[in-house]
Amino acid sequence: MSILVIQILNSLLYASVLFLIAAGLSLIFGVMRIVNLAHGTLYAIGAFVTAWLVGQALALGVSLGWLFLLLPVGAVVVALVGFVIEPLLLRPFYRRAEEYQLLVTFGLLLILEDVIRVLWGGLPLSADTLMDALPSVRIGGFLYPGYNFVVIAVGAVAALALWLVIYRTRFGVMLRATSQDRRMASALGLNVGLVYVSAFAIGCFMAGLGGAIIVPTQAAVLGMGVEALVLAFVVVVIGGLGSLQGALVGALIVSFVRTAGIQFFPELELAILYLIAALVLLVKPTGLFGAA
Amino acid sequence: MQADAAVARRSKLPLAVAAIMILLGLALVPLVAGLYQTQLLTYGLIAAIAALGFNLLLGYTGLLSFGHSAYFGIGAYIVAFLADDFGIHSMEAYILIGLPVTAILSALFGYICVRHTRIFFGILTLALSQVLWSLALKLFWVTGGTDGLRIPRPTLLAGLVTFTGAGSFQRFITSYYYYVLAVFAICVVVMWVIVHSPFGKALQAIRDNETRARFLGLRIRWFRWIAFLISGTFTGLAGLLWAPLNGLATPDVLYWPFSGEIVFTVLLGGFRNFTGPILGGIVFTYLKTYAVATTEYWQLLLGVVLVLLIVVLPTGIVGALSSLAVKLKARQKS
Repeated sequence: MSILVIQILNSLLYASVLFLIAAGLSLIFGVMRIVNLAHGTLYAIGAFVTAWLVGQALALGVSLGWLFLLLPVGAVVVALVGFVIEPLLLRPFYRRAEEYQLLVTFGLLLILEDVIRVLWGGLPLSADTLMDALPSVRIGGFLYPGYNFVVIAVGAVAALALWLVIYRTRFGVMLRATSQDRRMASALGLNVGLVYVSAFAIGCFMAGLGGAIIVPTQAAVLGMGVEALVLAFVVVVIGGLGSLQGALVGALIVSFVRTAGIQFFPELELAILYLIAALVLLVKPTGLFGAA
Repeated sequence: MQADAAVARRSKLPLAVAAIMILLGLALVPLVAGLYQTQLLTYGLIAAIAALGFNLLLGYTGLLSFGHSAYFGIGAYIVAFLADDFGIHSMEAYILIGLPVTAILSALFGYICVRHTRIFFGILTLALSQVLWSLALKLFWVTGGTDGLRIPRPTLLAGLVTFTGAGSFQRFITSYYYYVLAVFAICVVVMWVIVHSPFGKALQAIRDNETRARFLGLRIRWFRWIAFLISGTFTGLAGLLWAPLNGLATPDVLYWPFSGEIVFTVLLGGFRNFTGPILGGIVFTYLKTYAVATTEYWQLLLGVVLVLLIVVLPTGIVGALSSLAVKLKARQKS
């Protein structure tokens, strides 16, 4: 019984991070109609920045409690990267065919992957002091890390906050208007360029936050971004590209299937996820929650 | 109409002469260049075959696949399985068994993928290719996992040419170069015939205006499916040829960034013309080899090149050269 509880918690932990990545990817696609192949790498940058900052702060002798404030810093750094990338690299390509937009983000992926390598080398970067700082929780006969609850909570709060921003604020209305019809929004006097750069930066912030909160539980390694991107793809394909609810439901489905997969059929765990994604695309091309 | 046909026939003659000259030039390469250059060019020709197949989809049908690593990789793994599990060491056997298998796989994946176009097509091709990648990674008792499978040197021409004993490596590289060159020449001719046939014209009509093509009575999905099948099989053939040269098949050739490299290759050469992918395959091979040799951060270099390419040369090398030629001709006339 307690194993079941732990597995459910593990799934939620995983879903929380996956939601943060996939929601950002989905938001960027929903508003800008760009599938950002570098999105996973932005998540990796969030992880590396946070792990590096924690390491520096520990060396300076900063007390443990303050270290938790470094988690959002990693996310903000990635958001700033997004602020630079969008006007510089993406904006020139909005009028071009979408093949080119996809390829530009692929070029960005190659560049950012090596930027990580230049800045932090090829070695894994760990921030497990944060995980050890919180006490473990006893579930049945097992000890479960208390930090994992923080990750789940951050995911839940982020989902709620994003929903509030999109559906309950003036900025959200602008976002949705731009996503519905870019030219009409522009004709109505919206600063579409500003909406684009904000949407991209928010998407980057979400990815960075995902990387920042997961890095205490697992080290930041090269290649984690490329791997995460494909899983985020699976999530948004199941849930529907451009849909927030879709990203949430998709992340939950993928996480629970994956946890069950690791338990019962570890060899096929990944293949099954991709097959589910392909199946959803076949039956309902727009995903479970996607609009046509 | 008859005059048009005559003009077409006349304009094809210098083309054929040029193609034969280039082929002869390529055939001389091992005589003048070193072993390493010959080997590199073999890789280039193989990449050109893969790109040629890929471009039937992107350039002629207007579908961007982000999962062509699946067909290249399956080609490589078929060779590995045949060599390690069945003890088959004949290159012809690899091709004869491998081509139908990659064709069936392309037909199966294509049947699913061509229901969609644009971005969904790309994502679906990517998702399906990753099924194969994850299987190659996880079923390690069959595929060797990340270590991959070793592939010994095959025999060529039904066992007439074997490579054992002293100097066998040198002989293999040279013979294999000519082998690949011959297959490459056949591929170019076959692809040329395909894209200039009524079938090829239909693909281009679908690419340019789907609605109009449908009104003309073309079965759009069927045409796309066949194009997908041919495209995947060509790329699979490239994988079949690549495996013995590389000597090792790893899951990397199934992973999706490798699909990205194939797209990169075609874009580098230019996807709006026939020769673009061929040149792209050769240039990309050299570009990547030298980038890897000169810097640890070769991905960065390739990424910058890719972005610059899209900004400055969106029609690729061949596209830029041909528009330059048109400009020069116009200046001569005036």
